[in-house]
Amino acid sequence: MGLLDSPLNYFRNSQVWNSIFRHGVPRDRRTRVMAVMSNVFLHLHPVAVRKSGIRLSFTWCMGGLTFFLFLAEVVSGVLLMFYYRPVIEYAYQDIQDLRAHVTLGLLREIHRWGAHAMIISIWLHMMRVFLTGSYKPPREFNWVVGTILLVLTMLLSFTGYLLPWDQLAIWAITVGSNMAKATPLVGAGGPFAKVMMFPGTDVPMIHAGSDARFFLLAGTFVGENALLRFYVLHCVFIPCIVTVLIAIHFWRIRKDGGISGPL
Amino acid sequence: MTPILAAFPPEAVKHAINAATKPYWFITLATIGFFLMFILYKWWTRPAIFWTIFGLFLIGYFGSIDDANFRSIVAKPDNVPITMMVISVGLCLWLGLRRAAINDSRVAAGLPLSEEDRDDKVLVWPDLVYSELICLVLATAGLFLWAIVSKAPLEQPANPGYAPNPAKAPWYFLGLQEMLVYFDPWMAGVVYPGLIILGLAAMPFIDVNPRGNGYYTLRERPFAIITWMFGFLILWVLLIFFGTFLRGPNWSFFGPYQYWDPHKAEALNNIDISHMFWIDIMHRARPTADSNPIGALPFWLVREWLGFVIVAAYFFLLPIFLRFTIFKRLYENMGAIRYAVMVMLLLFMALMPIKMVLRWLFNLKYFIYLPEFNANL
Ligand code: HEM
Repeated sequence: MGLLDSPLNYFRNSQVWNSIFRHGVPRDRRTRVMAVMSNVFLHLHPVAVRKSGIRLSFTWCMGGLTFFLFLAEVVSGVLLMFYYRPVIEYAYQDIQDLRAHVTLGLLREIHRWGAHAMIISIWLHMMRVFLTGSYKPPREFNWVVGTILLVLTMLLSFTGYLLPWDQLAIWAITVGSNMAKATPLVGAGGPFAKVMMFPGTDVPMIHAGSDARFFLLAGTFVGENALLRFYVLHCVFIPCIVTVLIAIHFWRIRKDGGISGPL
Repeated sequence: MTPILAAFPPEAVKHAINAATKPYWFITLATIGFFLMFILYKWWTRPAIFWTIFGLFLIGYFGSIDDANFRSIVAKPDNVPITMMVISVGLCLWLGLRRAAINDSRVAAGLPLSEEDRDDKVLVWPDLVYSELICLVLATAGLFLWAIVSKAPLEQPANPGYAPNPAKAPWYFLGLQEMLVYFDPWMAGVVYPGLIILGLAAMPFIDVNPRGNGYYTLRERPFAIITWMFGFLILWVLLIFFGTFLRGPNWSFFGPYQYWDPHKAEALNNIDISHMFWIDIMHRARPTADSNPIGALPFWLVREWLGFVIVAAYFFLLPIFLRFTIFKRLYENMGAIRYAVMVMLLLFMALMPIKMVLRWLFNLKYFIYLPEFNANL
């Protein structure tokens, strides 16, 4: 068949195409199975699933939506990193410039609304897993992985909240990080810190310059060190851990027998 | 002549709603609604009834945008997620309980569960990947649309010397910030978040009920569902809604149609258990280091003895009492360790509404007031 008779078929039969997709067009059972098995991304799925498990009214698509939003955050976040500098001299200005000068400046909107949506979708995902009792054996461990993902997702959002360096940002983070100050024993304003002295002195072991909040902010208030620290946590550290955990989460769904259903 | 729709909702309704959203009314009514929701779950989840209730809610909610005060909180870009949360939680709650109602009726009638299709498998390509693709396209479109219609907020540049009033944490932490009204930061900001995380992670290991695994049901696991959903819907989602929409300057309460008046001050005359005991009952000042009626014991222990007794009874005697009464069967199924973990999580969770109610009824501030150690409960 020539290129001009049927361009689509021509490409599909070419050596290049066949080097990438080693199976024919997925039209019969064998090629459909091959389509899933021979693709690294699709291979996250099993080959066949229970019909009831993929009904929209069963999963609400919330796990998938959470994953989609995570990917959207990664893509828009990497693009934002081209424009944003995490130092107090530039941070706010860069965000303003992003609004004013970047063509089709939707990056920040997508990133921010996507983050909010991801928080909601992860809660709803958790609620559906709870309501279907899918945390019960053999899926206990995947629920625990999910719980860690939940915490990390909220921390991702929290660390990102500071980066625009406007009033909303620093005061929200101030309110949030002040909680660390109240940690029992290791927070300067928390229970018992004020009675813990170095032996034989009246020098406190835990003070504003050595407590849990200082560790979080790299300072006694939300300043330039906190900005840098949150930036690194937000752009590198937490996303890497989340990526690994999502891989484990998905792998475990398969290993635990696919989406749950009556035993 | 005023047009008919000039004032929606009518002033009288606005006043009623402003009054009904006061903390004690709002949380009490929501809790009553919460339990009714489970008692009547087969009734309200019928599509006609649900969509009627939901439609009326949407009309009231979005119709109120006309009110300047309501609009100023709801239309704030960073508050849009709250509206999304309320609507999507409502929809998902309906979906879940609807399917539970169907399943429970089917089981009662001797029919198989609606998820019962062990041998009915479909291929991932095309059945799953195509619906994933559709979800992906819809989600992308939705996200772009949201991004186009709504600008991400950017306020004045950060100014460490000038704190806005009210200063609020990001919206998803506002339930915890609202708890600060009732608890000190070490409880609301550290102990409770920690227990929520540990409690969630521990859940699969303490819920030993083998039923309801992999399908929607309420009948087969009512205790687990009602407890968990109380935590999620009332103590998390509802308090977030409350903290975001109904707390204004100085963390004072404002109804949804009220103006956020920065000068509104709420008189705080909350008192501690030790105040009630020593001053109101014993008619004397609270013991101090210099006036300690039982010199052999530290004065703060003498001062706070009643609070210590109450808290110790709550956390140590109550579990034993429950173990021999309403939790007898549960204890026998779970064993001692699981029971201990479960009951502690349950008691900590119950402490939130308990303390709220005591605050509303008796102005209780602290069970145990220990400024000597910064450890007030
Ligand atoms: C970044 C966050 C997360 C992502 C991307 C994610 C993704 C997914 C996806 C795609 C599924 C397949 C079924 C479905 O869509 O419902 C799933 C299942 C599951 N998820 Fe998550 N999830 C996340 C967080 C969580 C959390 C917070 C929990 C619970 C605390 C959780 C617990 C589970 C469990 C137990 C299953 C198996 C359910 C079953 O087999 O029916 N996940 N997850």
